[in-house]
Amino acid sequence: MARLDLSNIRHIYGPPGEGEPQYALRHVNQAFEHGGAYALLGPSGCGKTTLLNIISGLVHPSEGRVRIDGVDVTDKPTEKRNIAQVFQFPVIYDTMTVRENLEFPLRNRGVAAAQIKRRVDEVIEMIGLGALARRRARGLSADEKQKVSLGRGLVREDVSAILFDEPLTVIDPEVKWTLRTQLRELQRRSGMTMIYVTHDQTEALTFASGVVVMHEGQVLQVGSPKDLFEKPAHTFVGYFIGSPGMNVLPTKVDGAALRIGEYFAPLTSEPRLRGNPKLELGIRPEFVRLAAEGIPATIERIEDIGRHRIVRTRMLGHSVTALLQEHEPIPADPHLYFEPEGVHLYADSWRVELSGKPAP
Amino acid sequence: MKPVNHKAWFLVAPVLLLVAISAIIPLMTVVNYSVQYVGSTGKFAWVGDEWYREVLHSEKFWNALWRNLVFSGVILAIQIPLGVLIALNMPRKGWGVPVCLVLMALPLLIPWYVVGMIWQMFGRVDIGLMGVMLRDFGYNYEGDPMDAWFTLILMDVWHWTSLVALLAYAGLVSIPDAYYQAARIDGASKWAVFRFIQLPRLGRVLTIAILLRFMDSFMIFTEPFAVIAGGDPVFLSTELKQTVELGKKAAMSIIYFLIILAVSWVFYAVMTRNDGEPTSADKARGGGA
Amino acid sequence: MKQGRFAWIVPALYILFLMTPIYWLVAMSFKTNVEITTRFTLFPEALTLDNYAKVFGDERWRSVFANSLMYVSLNTLISILVALPAAYAFSRYRFFGDKHLFFWLLTNRMAPVAVFTLPFFQLYSAFGLFDTHIAVALAHCLFNVPLAVWILEGFMSGVPREIDETAYIDGHSFPSFFVKIFMPLIASGIGVAAFFCFMFSWVEYLIADALSRNAVVPITTRLQALSQASGTDWGVLAAAGSLTLIPGAIVIWFVRNYIAKGFALGRV
Repeated sequence: MARLDLSNIRHIYGPPGEGEPQYALRHVNQAFEHGGAYALLGPSGCGKTTLLNIISGLVHPSEGRVRIDGVDVTDKPTEKRNIAQVFQFPVIYDTMTVRENLEFPLRNRGVAAAQIKRRVDEVIEMIGLGALARRRARGLSADEKQKVSLGRGLVREDVSAILFDEPLTVIDPEVKWTLRTQLRELQRRSGMTMIYVTHDQTEALTFASGVVVMHEGQVLQVGSPKDLFEKPAHTFVGYFIGSPGMNVLPTKVDGAALRIGEYFAPLTSEPRLRGNPKLELGIRPEFVRLAAEGIPATIERIEDIGRHRIVRTRMLGHSVTALLQEHEPIPADPHLYFEPEGVHLYADSWRVELSGKPAP
Repeated sequence: MKPVNHKAWFLVAPVLLLVAISAIIPLMTVVNYSVQYVGSTGKFAWVGDEWYREVLHSEKFWNALWRNLVFSGVILAIQIPLGVLIALNMPRKGWGVPVCLVLMALPLLIPWYVVGMIWQMFGRVDIGLMGVMLRDFGYNYEGDPMDAWFTLILMDVWHWTSLVALLAYAGLVSIPDAYYQAARIDGASKWAVFRFIQLPRLGRVLTIAILLRFMDSFMIFTEPFAVIAGGDPVFLSTELKQTVELGKKAAMSIIYFLIILAVSWVFYAVMTRNDGEPTSADKARGGGA
Repeated sequence: MKQGRFAWIVPALYILFLMTPIYWLVAMSFKTNVEITTRFTLFPEALTLDNYAKVFGDERWRSVFANSLMYVSLNTLISILVALPAAYAFSRYRFFGDKHLFFWLLTNRMAPVAVFTLPFFQLYSAFGLFDTHIAVALAHCLFNVPLAVWILEGFMSGVPREIDETAYIDGHSFPSFFVKIFMPLIASGIGVAAFFCFMFSWVEYLIADALSRNAVVPITTRLQALSQASGTDWGVLAAAGSLTLIPGAIVIWFVRNYIAKGFALGRV
């Protein structure tokens, strides 16, 4: 169990060549507290797998340091870091049985036989492969194989952290749910630090207490699922998290209100801005009301998703989505009204804290 | 699953015709000869299995067969591990890859007779680099039959190890990186990586390598013919070439062919025994091979 | 995969081992016969091109090179042409006896060539084809066609069947689909198969020797005749031998990017 610190991490793949360097990671400072359940969330290609591999030592960062419990391990090889990792696609040792696969990481580290037996029994039980323990791993189905991979990640008790790289991609949806719940349960009980990479927000939000949202090689926001929903620090976070995503509209500041065309959306306080940034208004569909007054809009499409209705509208040339309760009426001549507590101001895509402090 | 279509026979027909001409007809001719006596006037007489019995009772035949088996065994024991060792240490990217591949493949494309010639020129005590060097170190090379054996084996290693190395290399580069990463996470030693990741993945290509090397080394003729110009050591193929009676020659050919088929089949069966549980890739291919 | 810092030593030593005898052959080809037989020199003392001049100046040498390249090219062409449709059938359809047929084809690769020389001689003599390029080319099909079918089948099975179906829906006939769409997709497979056909036909000696007398003498037959004659002209022999390395080297250079996959016959 340990605390992980990443400071000033940058990474470029390939040799440092001429021209504009293509950063896989641009500048990452991130701490993972002891015993936390974290999710690294972002679209594919955002650098989350690279970050994971830097923590486990499979990739050496171009710049920056990795510390485990304050000890600099940047130059230590994977084997010496005491970190377990599970990969996206199943990696199994074909010629071994399921049981031997699980014993392998322990044997390599010279764990006593009795302890190996006890631990492997536990893990086999946990991943539900008891009946297959003596089978050759080669003949297993894809999700059984992935369970074996998962088991190998969980079998070591003394690791500093367990890293999961989209481990449930190949697993059936129903089993996926069960396994994720079990992982979460295991994390709570054992207090191990776990970092879970995914591009699926549901997976991230249900697994983790701390979600790290990444985009184009940088960390945009770290927070609880609630934070990410209520105060998206970056327009991308607002757009990426929540379904449907946040509405983002160009705007101007006018005192304690935002101006869109000739209309105003009130703010809770007057923002202070530095320089001349690109200003945007962000509002989640949950905070958009259809009313008789406000900004006139036309309804383009209504999608019924059970307890809610998604209303796609067009307002002053921008598309704006609203989320309505099932029985909420839709006025004949609809106007949009933005609830003030849901209105965020973004300067150059970063959220402006409305207590008056400009964003970094 | 592939659709059933018997019209596909039309597509296979040209191959059948061609192979029938170049394989079945000659093979039938050989079988035909092997049961007859051909007189000096060109007359044929039925002799049944007499030629076969004569061949099987001939000490020369058994000696030649024994030599062949020892030779094949020795070169497999050298070439397979050596080829794998080379493949393991070949570069995986950069300029070294094409250089290695091209230079290593070169011996495979030298006419077999020229291979023998190169080694004859290389090994001769009067003009050969190796022969002269050995002589200068005080060793009288070409002194006894063992030297001819040594040259033949060295030559075969020189000629064919690349085939094993290139096959093994092809197998190694097809292993996804994730396997090596997982092994590092699991703290596997270099040996464990080889034993549990690389070797199992090489199984298929090594099967091909062993089969090809066995068949070709068992049929070896041209290179020893060039190196030692028909003298000892006598292999089955050289023995065959020196046999005069047509019927005996034919009977010997058939026995020779059957031995190769049988040994190859045993190799094949033993080595593919573990493939009993088909992988998903095999299922997708419909077991075409 | 991480390799040790000194991993390169293994292939480097091996390549050194491969190149030394070849170097000796090439070095000899630039020496005079006097130098070869009387002095032991690591490098040619007086670099001479006389040996090559003799080879190129002699009509008999020129014709044996032409003969070999002729039947090798013919064989490669025939093998690929007949193997293409057959490999397609094996990779796309199931039909009566397909698996047995495939295995039987492969066993032909195991046939010891020494067994077949005599019947080949008789067969092609009977058709009046003895001592022609086509006879050698057809005889080499014995081991090259099964190999070509096997390699091409491996590559074709890697092309999804949906591509065929889409092409038919788009109104292609079978020949037009096969030539215009399918063949470009397996171009590397065709290259690899051609490489192997070329290789085995080029290096083969026994059959080529048995099926030729005057008109189609392959290069190796001439080398053999000369190397076993008394008073061997080592310089010329070395020069001619060195020249036989060139076609192989050229072919390897062209397929170098496919060698790794090709040597696993498309089946890794």
